[in-house]
Formats: sequence, C-alpha cells, structure tokens
Amino acid sequence: MSAIELRGVSVALDGRPVLHDLTLQVPSGARLGLIGPNGSGKSTLLRAVAGLVRHRGRIRVGDAAPAALPRRELARRIAVVPQHPVLPPGATVGDYVLMGRTPYVPYLGSESRRDLAIVASVLDRLDLTGLAGRRLDSLSGGERQRAVLARALAQQAPVLLLDEPTTGLDVGHQQQVLELVDELRAALDLTVVSAMHDLTLAGQFADELVLLDGGRVAAAGPARTVLTERVISRHYHASVRVLEDPAGGVVVIPVRQAGQASEPAGRQVAR
Amino acid sequence: MIITRQRPDRAPVPSGVRPPGVRAGVLLAACACLAGAALLAVLVGPVRLDPAGVLAELAGRLPLVEVHGGLPERDAAILWQLRLPRVVLGGLVGAMLALAGAAYQGVFRNPLADPYLLGAAAGAGLGATLAIAYGPDTSSWPVGLLPLAAFAGALVGVVTAYALGRSSGGRDATSLVLAGVAVMSFLTAIQTYVQQREAETLREVYGWILGRLTTAGWNEITLILPYLLVSTAVIVTHRRLLDVLAVGDDEASSLGVRAARVRLVIVAAASLGTAAAVAVSGLIGFVGIIVPHTIRLLAGSSYRLVVPLCLLLGAAFLILADLFARTVMAPGELPIGVVTAFFGAPFFALVLRTSRRTP
Repeated sequence: MSAIELRGVSVALDGRPVLHDLTLQVPSGARLGLIGPNGSGKSTLLRAVAGLVRHRGRIRVGDAAPAALPRRELARRIAVVPQHPVLPPGATVGDYVLMGRTPYVPYLGSESRRDLAIVASVLDRLDLTGLAGRRLDSLSGGERQRAVLARALAQQAPVLLLDEPTTGLDVGHQQQVLELVDELRAALDLTVVSAMHDLTLAGQFADELVLLDGGRVAAAGPARTVLTERVISRHYHASVRVLEDPAGGVVVIPVRQAGQASEPAGRQVAR
Repeated sequence: MIITRQRPDRAPVPSGVRPPGVRAGVLLAACACLAGAALLAVLVGPVRLDPAGVLAELAGRLPLVEVHGGLPERDAAILWQLRLPRVVLGGLVGAMLALAGAAYQGVFRNPLADPYLLGAAAGAGLGATLAIAYGPDTSSWPVGLLPLAAFAGALVGVVTAYALGRSSGGRDATSLVLAGVAVMSFLTAIQTYVQQREAETLREVYGWILGRLTTAGWNEITLILPYLLVSTAVIVTHRRLLDVLAVGDDEASSLGVRAARVRLVIVAAASLGTAAAVAVSGLIGFVGIIVPHTIRLLAGSSYRLVVPLCLLLGAAFLILADLFARTVMAPGELPIGVVTAFFGAPFFALVLRTSRRTP
C-alpha cells in the first residue's frame, strides 16, 4: 500500500498557483527525494501533505485524507522537520523534544510516564541524552538539527517529512544527519520524504527522486535516470557534469560555463 | 523498535527527562515572599497593628481553631475593614496583571506584549472618562459606575481589536497586534477629546489612569473575584499549550495544536481578567511586563513555571508597591502606577544585567 498518494493535486498561495495537477505515489517504507530549483514547489508539496495548506485534488496518507483528520490525529501520522524551525529562546533540549509528544497529551493534561520514557529513548537514540538540560540557543548547528529531528521522532509518526534538513550544515554534518535519518528509517520502518538542495546527496540518500519545476513533476525515477546533465541543465539552468561513482550512485559537479572562464582584459588579478 | 514496544504500565520512570515545572524550593520561596509581603502590608499604616495580635486574629477566623486574645475592637475593625481588603485586592490585581502579561507574551510571541496591548487599557480609559465626565451620581449604588464603565470599555476595546484583526484576513498574531494598536489610538483619541472638553474632570481622570487601589470593605473583591477565577483557571490549565505556541503557528499545527483557537481562548481569558482588574485599580503599568520577565530571567522560560510564579510574585510585588504608595507621603497617596514603574524598571534593568552576564 502507498504511504502517501497524491492525485491531481493543485495548490495556490495568495491566488498564485504553486502546484499544478500533481500525481505521485510514495510506497510505504520508501525514501523519496524531492528536488527542483528554488520556488519549484518542494516545500509547498510537503506542506500540502502535512495538511498545512489548502489544496485541490486528492491526498491520502495511509488510509485517510489529511484534510479530513483532526489535527492531533494527523500529527500522530505525519511528523514534519521544517527548513527553518522556530527554536523557543530559553527552552532546553529535553523540553523541546518533549513537545513532540503533544499529539498524545490530552488537551489540558500533561505528559504521562510513557511519554517521558519515549522521549528518553529518542534522546538516547540520537545521542542527545547528555544535552537534555542544555538550552537550544547554546547548541551547534549539528546538535540543533538532531534536536529538531528528535522532536519529530518523538511524534512516533510513520511518515517523516523533511524540508531541506541539511540547510546550513557543513559537509560532515550533512552526511551525519542524512545517515541518521536513513538509519532511523530502516530501524523504525518510516516513510521519508525529503526536499533536498544538494543533488549528489539527494541521489545517495533516496531510492527515488522527483524533480519539480514550476509546480509540475518534470522527472521522476531512480537517481541515475533523473540526475542527468541534460535534465539538470534544462530545469536548474545550471551547467553541471554528472559522474558515475564507482561505489554506486552519481556525483553532480557544477562546472563553469564556457565564456565565463576567462576574465575580461584589464581586470585580471595582478600576480 | 524499542521505543514503540514499551507498555504504558511498565514504562520505567526515565531519569533525565521530566516536564518543566516549578521546583519545590522555588515554589516555597515564592509563597514565603507573598506571605511576607502581605503580613508587612497588613501591619504597616497610620495605625500600627500588633503583629502577634494580627496573627492571633487571623488564626482565630480559621475553622476549628480557637484563639484567645487577638486585637482590640478598633484594631480588629481596621484589620478586617481597611487593611486586609486592600492587601487582598492588591494581591489579586497584581497576580492577574502579571499572569495576563505572561499569557499575552506567550500567545503573541512578543516579549513587549502587556495586558493592555489589545486595547483593554484604552477602552477602560475611555469608559472611565465617560463615567467621570457624564455619569450620574452613583454614590447610593451598591457598585459604582466607574468600575462598570471601565470593565465594559476594556472588553469593548479587546473585542473590537479582535474583530478588526480577524476581518483584515489574518489569523496570525501580528495582524491582531496591529489591530490592537489601531483600536488603542482611536479610543485614546476619543478619550482625550472628552477629557479636554470636560476640563474639570482632568484631575480625576488622570488619577484613575495612573492607577490606584481603592477599597470600600470587600465590595470590589467580590465584584471581580469570579472573573479573576475563571481567567486564572483557563490560563493555568493552558500553560503547557502556551509552551507549544512558542514554536509558531505552523509548527504548533504540525504538532496537533490548533494555534488560532488556543490563542483565542487564552486571549479571551486574559482580557476578561485584565478588564476586571482594571475596573477596580485603573491602569497600573509595568506589572505585566516586569514580573513575567524577571521570573523568566531567574527561574526559566517555560510557561509551566512562569504561570504559577506570576500568580505568587505578581501578587507580592503589587502588595509591596501599594504599601509604599500609601505610606511614603502619608496621609497623601502616591498613584501606584508611579511606584510600580519607579521601582520596577530599575530592578528589572538590574536583573537583566546580572542574568546576561552569567548565561
């Protein structure tokens, strides 16, 4: 069964169409990478699936339509890691991750022992136990991203939506975060849809890629078929070289376009 | 997976993780602050009361307690009819303003939000000015016209701001705050116009705006208590959700919380309590900003501890401010709003300085 299914989905923001008649299926347990240039609709697609924007057409998550579910119920099925999460000033890592249990806590109640146990186990799994008492604003970028991921995991939702989870991280931390997501997906049997900026990483950490351009699916399939020089130059207006990685996968390298390579006479840097 | 297989009844108590809340020691210290402030305020005044006598008198009113002694009749009357009502009223108003301030800061995610943000102050000011300028003589009424007009004005101000914010299309906090600013300016303009036309009311209106705790026995307290109780109960039970609102509407939504609805409930409760407090005390400034922020700087930022501590320390702060206001130039009285600002602002600056130095 598909974990997520979109059929003829369109979204308009402030009257401006952002997604056009999108049809897409994500099998249960899959890891899907959403790629596409800025403004192509990646974030909007994630938000539509999470029930955060109005849409036309049909969206199913599991056996239900997000729009028809109560918010609490939806939050138990879909966890979202936003691109720029709001980190409440002064909150500790423990408090922040505990917030992930919100969909399970009665409206006016407080967390049960079970909620606390789950949070403790999530903190442990993400190697955050030692940081539980630290304030969010004292963390490094990588630690912060782990905390945000931990809050999403505490929701125990089978579907995890990530909006550019590696924004602002160095290459090492990018890898660590994506490997962590991958491990968690395998261990917890999650379905992961992730909007990605870095095409090489997208190719490495997704089974399938969907390339959006102008709110439409421009290409879809395994990395090898989507990440080609022709497709990328056409949709990103970028000049790239795509290399086969002997270890599997592909590597996308930006190259300088011809004509820009030589500097104009008289402006050469003195040597 | 380990996480999901844990059975609720078997789940061990995790050592490191616990919900944020007030530690027992801090709670005890805050209670002691409040009790100390209240006792001091009851004892000090034009007539000094005997501390042992006061304690005996108070204990004697407790059920099942038999105390011999207490105060002479005149002192007992001063205690029960003058001092205690005023101290209790000061405590209630202080607790409410601090609590409402914290609640507003939470729902609007704005550290400068105070209970008067959404037009409550301007509405109450207009209502009070109209009552002073044009109201009939109500000295024979059980409840004066002034508090009723101020209460109604405050509610009209907030409801107008809310309706305006909603009709401008936004359900978010910012459009609500902007609508509040518009309503506040408009109502203040009318209020100033009325005040200028009826120049002989100027002194009385000005006095009311600066805030004062006036009591005639327990009347004011019974008048506002129901509103304060409802307001406090709603905010106290929503303190966990106030923490969730701190991540913004979108993320709160993806955590299963309907942010706009929770905000409406909390704003309604805080506004009702503010309107009731303003009705009997005028516009006492700064309490709603200084008390919650001092608590945040000293104890932590989670509303699960800010909310209960605001109740205790807001009450203590205003009781002390009122004590100062009525003793410093006795038999005259300083407007309490002047005292809260004069002492509150430097104290707050001090806390800000020291807490920033030691993160």
